Amino acid sequence: MKVIMSGNEATARGAYEGGARFASAYPGTPSTEILENMPQYGDSVYSEWAPNEKVATEAAIGASIAGVRSFCAMKHVGMNVAADPIFTFAYTGVTGGFVMVVADDPGQHSSQNEQDNRNTAKSARLLMLEPADSQESKDFMKKAFALSEKFDMPVLFHVTTRTCHSKGIVELGDREEAAVPDYEPKIKKYVTAPANAKVLRATLEDRIAAAKEFSNNCEFNRVEMHDTKIGVITSGVSYQYAREIFEDGASYLKLGLTFPMPDDLIKDFCSKVDKVYIVEEMDPYIEEHVKMLGIDCIGKDVIPKYDELNTDIVRKAFLGVEPDTYKSDMATVVRPPALCAGCPHRGLFYCLSKRKGIMITGDIGCYTLGMAPPLNAVHTTICMGASISQGHGASIALKDAGKDTKVVSVIGDSTFFHTGVNSLMDAVYNSGSNLSIILDNRITGMTGHQQNPGTGFTLMGKEAPEVDIPALCKSIGVKDENIITVNPNNLEETNAALDKLLAKDEPTVLITRWPCVLKKFSQQDLDEFPTLHKTQCVIDQDKCKNCKMCVKTGCPALISTKDNVVVDYTSCNGCTVCRQVCPFDAIEEVTR
Amino acid sequence: MSEVKNILLVGVGGQGTILASKILTSGLMKAGYDVKMSEIHGMSQRGGSVSTQVRYGDKVYSPIVGKGSADVIVAFEEMEALRWLDHLKIGGTMVINDFRIQPVPVNLGNAEYPEGIIEHLKGICDVHAFKAAEIATELGNPKAMNIVLLGALVKSMGGLDDIDWDAEIEANVKPKFVDLNKKAFHAGYDL
Ligand SMILES: Cc1ncc(C[n+]2csc(CCOP(=O)(O)OP(=O)(O)O)c2C)c(N)n1
Repeated sequence: MKVIMSGNEATARGAYEGGARFASAYPGTPSTEILENMPQYGDSVYSEWAPNEKVATEAAIGASIAGVRSFCAMKHVGMNVAADPIFTFAYTGVTGGFVMVVADDPGQHSSQNEQDNRNTAKSARLLMLEPADSQESKDFMKKAFALSEKFDMPVLFHVTTRTCHSKGIVELGDREEAAVPDYEPKIKKYVTAPANAKVLRATLEDRIAAAKEFSNNCEFNRVEMHDTKIGVITSGVSYQYAREIFEDGASYLKLGLTFPMPDDLIKDFCSKVDKVYIVEEMDPYIEEHVKMLGIDCIGKDVIPKYDELNTDIVRKAFLGVEPDTYKSDMATVVRPPALCAGCPHRGLFYCLSKRKGIMITGDIGCYTLGMAPPLNAVHTTICMGASISQGHGASIALKDAGKDTKVVSVIGDSTFFHTGVNSLMDAVYNSGSNLSIILDNRITGMTGHQQNPGTGFTLMGKEAPEVDIPALCKSIGVKDENIITVNPNNLEETNAALDKLLAKDEPTVLITRWPCVLKKFSQQDLDEFPTLHKTQCVIDQDKCKNCKMCVKTGCPALISTKDNVVVDYTSCNGCTVCRQVCPFDAIEEVTR
Repeated sequence: MSEVKNILLVGVGGQGTILASKILTSGLMKAGYDVKMSEIHGMSQRGGSVSTQVRYGDKVYSPIVGKGSADVIVAFEEMEALRWLDHLKIGGTMVINDFRIQPVPVNLGNAEYPEGIIEHLKGICDVHAFKAAEIATELGNPKAMNIVLLGALVKSMGGLDDIDWDAEIEANVKPKFVDLNKKAFHAGYDL
């Protein structure tokens, strides 16, 4: 059967067809939909959200060692979090086939950096597959498990935003069941005490050598001979751009298995063409290898080393031509993303924005948007979980230097569970004095509403125990009187808590508890927050003095022109932050 | 080999470009074309500009519509039409929803929304502009605006009349909205 699938849907389907029985992931654009598409195969494959990528990887490793085909999935930066287990699992090898799906984000469509994880496959020594479209995502993923078993190596399945989020036609296949052996301890293989690990390091070279032999003559690496004046070596979605630009005017070596590299195949291909072009996104991963083989080629001399590639860039780089286009001298205005109308983060950031002399360390999630005008209330974003640890370091450093700047750290619920908990331990254990604010909007918002250990549900839709955040903070050692929970839409309540906690010289925690407005509410949400979406705000144009105070909350439901401000009723959710900041009592809350 | 056709649907997060392109690609696949579609989601959900790129023909490689290559651009919002103008093929058609969504910098008074975009574009390329939101509202629900635009797109592309669009709407829309969306499609097509 043929269906239209995104690369992520196809990867999920491939895992099902390939006999996977266990999947674990932490969400992250552009990888999120892979696990979101697993519950439909729930009879055959167990799937879960883990609190972070290291945990997801370890859980899948455990399943592999237990003899089951398993995989984990993450965005590119998740690979950094998961690096510790995978670098050593490369030594031990697998029992059940193991695949680590890593989705890079060239062009940083929704990421804090751009990192080419093909380098990670090389430095960790993992087999690497690179599909170029949805059909290959499905086919390669299906075959990845057996490949991993064949060479006793984990597979890094390398995808990018464009392959993940593009759709194409996919021919579906059947599931291949893999037998699960009875468990037998293999201590020399899986206990990496130095005596064992040194042996494993040596046998890993043999496994890589066998895989290299295979790579020269396998279905993943394909030669397409046409005109031989130009030979293009490429992988992933870059193949599509090259194929589109050079058409049959060039020959292609399309690589799908890119660690270990097929040296003999590359040499043979290059010997048959006059000139070698390398078309690849981000780092010169293929190019450096080809050059190391002593072959002259053109790649990053003409193609940028960063940002996403496309046909326009490849055409201009190699053919020097640009398409004819219509032009206009009229300027457009940018549309920066903003906190949604009714977002529970707005009230908190509004309160923080009014305070002078504080440093606000931030983290990654929707609440990063608290940095944007008019609020400007997030000062740093480095990586997930960093807000509290950075805040701790800064609070100690500032105090030592005799400064009285207070430090506030803001972190979302999912991010707190990801890696924020360890940071809070640091702050408490080492007597820091930052105020940690946990923005508990009852869901993982930014990546499109995934359940997490605090929401009461699992990926497969089962009810689950909820982490009790105040109790967790208390058990870490934050004093009971230093933990306050507020409704962030209530500015008076939020400000009172901030006043109280900012006056302390020890670790404190503020929890803002109100659901994300875009969340599909659970019965528990409806019981706990009975006013959700029940009201809206209306501006009384007679009382309104057009002072724009309400607009300074940054709410996109307030439409401001020179003459007045009106509420867009299709987007207002009645959070009432605008009503609370209006100096003329011109805004009213009405039933929806 | 038939030439690959290129379509761009551009708008602002939340305007329904995704459903429109889903119906479109599904219809194209059933008609026997190779189809690729690309959309980037992520930060763009939070009120940013969004684009969906659709390509079809005998064999499609790249999922991206390059500059100067879109046969039709459907702009769900005025300023997005202007933003994507350089992607229109010379001789291509710009279908524009006469509708504005004010971006944050304009709201904050830090920028001005450009006036007269549609008139300006009419002086540059072939423009088919209308108020899709009003048409959808008259049919009973402003949200069906996306399918009005889809109807207009199918008409502008030409050559797609053999596809059973009603069946595609039935397959992709909740039962209680099927009638509304069929009417919306035909209203857009007949404009
Ligand atoms: C290591 C890593 N993994 C995943 C991501 C992707 N990511 C960015 S924000 C986010 C979720 C944030 O959720 P939460 O902390 O609950 O905040 P919210 O968006 O709901 O405000 C995720 C998973 C990332 N940036 N880095």
